[in-house]
Amino acid sequence: MTALSRESALPATGSGVERAESARSSPSARRPRDERMKTSHLLFVLPALLFFAVFALLPLVGVVALSFTTWNGIGAIQFTGLTSWIEALGRSSTWNGLGLVLLMIVATWLLQTPMSILLGAFLAGPQRYRNVLAILYFLPLLLSSAAIAITFKSLLDPNFGLANGLDMPFLKQNWLGDPVLVWVVLLFIIAWQFIPFHTLIYQGAVRQIPRSMYEAAEIDGAGRVRQFFSITLPQLKYTLITSSTLMVVGALTYFDIIFVLTQGGPGAATRILPLDMYLTGFRGNEMGVASALAVMLVVLGLGLALGVQRLGGKDSAASQMEGA
Amino acid sequence: MTIEKLSRRSMLGATAGLSALTLGACGTSGPGGAGGGGGGGGDSASYWALSGEPNETIYGDAVDAFNEGDKGSVEVTFFQNDAYKQKIRTAIGAGEAPTIIYGWGGGGLRTYAEESQVLDVTSWLEEEADYKSRFVESVWDAATVDDKIYALPQGATQPIILFHNKKVLGDIGAEAPETWEDLLGVVEKAKSAGIAPISLAGQSRWTSMMWLEYLLDRVGGPEVFAKIAAGDKEAWLDDAVLAMGEKVHELLEVQAFADGFESMAADSNTDQALLWTDQAALMLHGGWTFGSMKASGGEFVPSGNLGFGPFPTIEGGAGELTNLVGNPCNYLSLSSAADDKSVEVAKAFLKDGAMSDQVASDLIASGSVPVIVGQDEALAASEDAEYLEWVYASIQEAPAFTQSWDQALQPTDAETLLVNTEQLFLGSITAEQFAENMAAGKGA
Repeated sequence: MTALSRESALPATGSGVERAESARSSPSARRPRDERMKTSHLLFVLPALLFFAVFALLPLVGVVALSFTTWNGIGAIQFTGLTSWIEALGRSSTWNGLGLVLLMIVATWLLQTPMSILLGAFLAGPQRYRNVLAILYFLPLLLSSAAIAITFKSLLDPNFGLANGLDMPFLKQNWLGDPVLVWVVLLFIIAWQFIPFHTLIYQGAVRQIPRSMYEAAEIDGAGRVRQFFSITLPQLKYTLITSSTLMVVGALTYFDIIFVLTQGGPGAATRILPLDMYLTGFRGNEMGVASALAVMLVVLGLGLALGVQRLGGKDSAASQMEGA
Repeated sequence: MTIEKLSRRSMLGATAGLSALTLGACGTSGPGGAGGGGGGGGDSASYWALSGEPNETIYGDAVDAFNEGDKGSVEVTFFQNDAYKQKIRTAIGAGEAPTIIYGWGGGGLRTYAEESQVLDVTSWLEEEADYKSRFVESVWDAATVDDKIYALPQGATQPIILFHNKKVLGDIGAEAPETWEDLLGVVEKAKSAGIAPISLAGQSRWTSMMWLEYLLDRVGGPEVFAKIAAGDKEAWLDDAVLAMGEKVHELLEVQAFADGFESMAADSNTDQALLWTDQAALMLHGGWTFGSMKASGGEFVPSGNLGFGPFPTIEGGAGELTNLVGNPCNYLSLSSAADDKSVEVAKAFLKDGAMSDQVASDLIASGSVPVIVGQDEALAASEDAEYLEWVYASIQEAPAFTQSWDQALQPTDAETLLVNTEQLFLGSITAEQFAENMAAGKGA
């Protein structure tokens, strides 16, 4: 009965098709379908959200909570207010570690970005031999950080390493025992490991730049170098931001290489903040202080990632292809 | 439409099911795995031990032999040393400890005992007096916390020994040092012959710490560290600690340690290799390196080129030549989180399996001295008799056997100690700063 009466209440104008169309476009008729879509979207997102909540948010909340306690890892957890924070902020190793992380970020970026762009642009060329080279360049990408660190540690051994194997005495240096030299070694190994990855990103990006731009530049008489600086580089702006974000945030995770290679030594020369956090928590058994350091790292990581994104400007969603 | 709805629904279901499964798995898979958490169900006990040869084979065989009997079964899992130290603490804190906990006694055991995470076995040992009297007397100190015993000795005794390369010492016209002056003389002769005087894997930190242990003993006697280990941090400000630090600076000044020692790590055994390849004259190291030098060093050990002796005395110092430092042995504790049945199995294993006569003879064959009495004949019959009998005599004659500092101290203090030890050996802090940092508990 209700259906019938509603049918009769509809204005009896126009054909059936018209009526259907007007119903579809009217907001009142559209809502239920939208709601259904939203529910199903939510259902699709749910598993991912659940994972994120359980594996990212929950531990984060736990770490924040732990940072206000004193805990040796096996005894009772005591709520001690700001004690752990005061301890964490008052230790010289925290500031040393923070400084070293920033040094790591700046140095790795300065070392890796120019080389990755150049290699990426070079490998983007269509020549056969470049493909062969690309395969060789990308080999380090297949190895795990721990394996790389163990290998280099053996190679750099002052008595039984490369110097001895190749009979080249000048390679016999105190590679991991000198506070300055150890940084040269670290930056080199990290570059060796990660430049291939960033090269890959830039290679893909360069290949996406329309040929027509280079052709137009050639007609205008621009040389190779001019083309690189006026076309390639500006067109790589957004790739640069992506790569830099990965590099900057990645610098916070070079923990594994340093842990295996130097354990933060000599002294505290390579005890970057993530390593300091680990050693404080799991060697020193000061979980409260380590949690405070962990919170600092989370804030630092988020801040850096947002900061780099900001550098790209607010129009970062705009097309890169303007004028192409 | 129906098909679309169906597939969407089933996909959702599948996803939800999968995630539930994964989450569920995360909830139950503790370090011990099914049945491992808290000690295993039924008549079985879990046991975590250290990997690496020859011990892995020896204790693996001991477990197999016990499991063939009818007293229940022991499930053993082997872990790499450094990984184990962190994993076991986390597992105990999470209530997921194995029934049998491998450890080093001392400060680490004290933290477990104070939190009631390990069982007091004092009364059980009184009932099993025969079992208790199997062990040499010196092993019980590090297993005792406030007059109660919380751990049972296992394995071999590992004093720190000053090893030397006889061929190198002969070539440079020196002898094994017995006094500090002798030692400096060896350093000088080795340097002028272009040979590294002392092999040291400085990056590992505890390696450098072994030097501090003996230096402090020889300068101030074993009492100074005994006070520190008892919790008196002011004792770090003792004059003997300053003298110890200055001796280290003395060695650094004459470049006594192999070039690039700060880059060398003990886990790759390159410090030992330096000795057995005739590139270094002396090496202060744990007794366990005898076995690995024998295994890796080719003819070095069999040909008798490996020399060994006590750490030199220091003029005017209080410590005797026969005082030892090192690890009395390893220890096994029982988890208080384990159920009664598992504990029964574990106790049976400790009594009949963990240090059986077979284990003792296997240990001797591998070049180490088991902490069991009445081994004289077996040691004398061994192909390494000279070394083994000397170690056995040393531990029995020693007026004091100080436990390795990083194991005697509470873990937090041990880490502070290692950080400051490294800096002392890098020459970046003075002896005074070392003492002050340790007294104040100031780390990196």
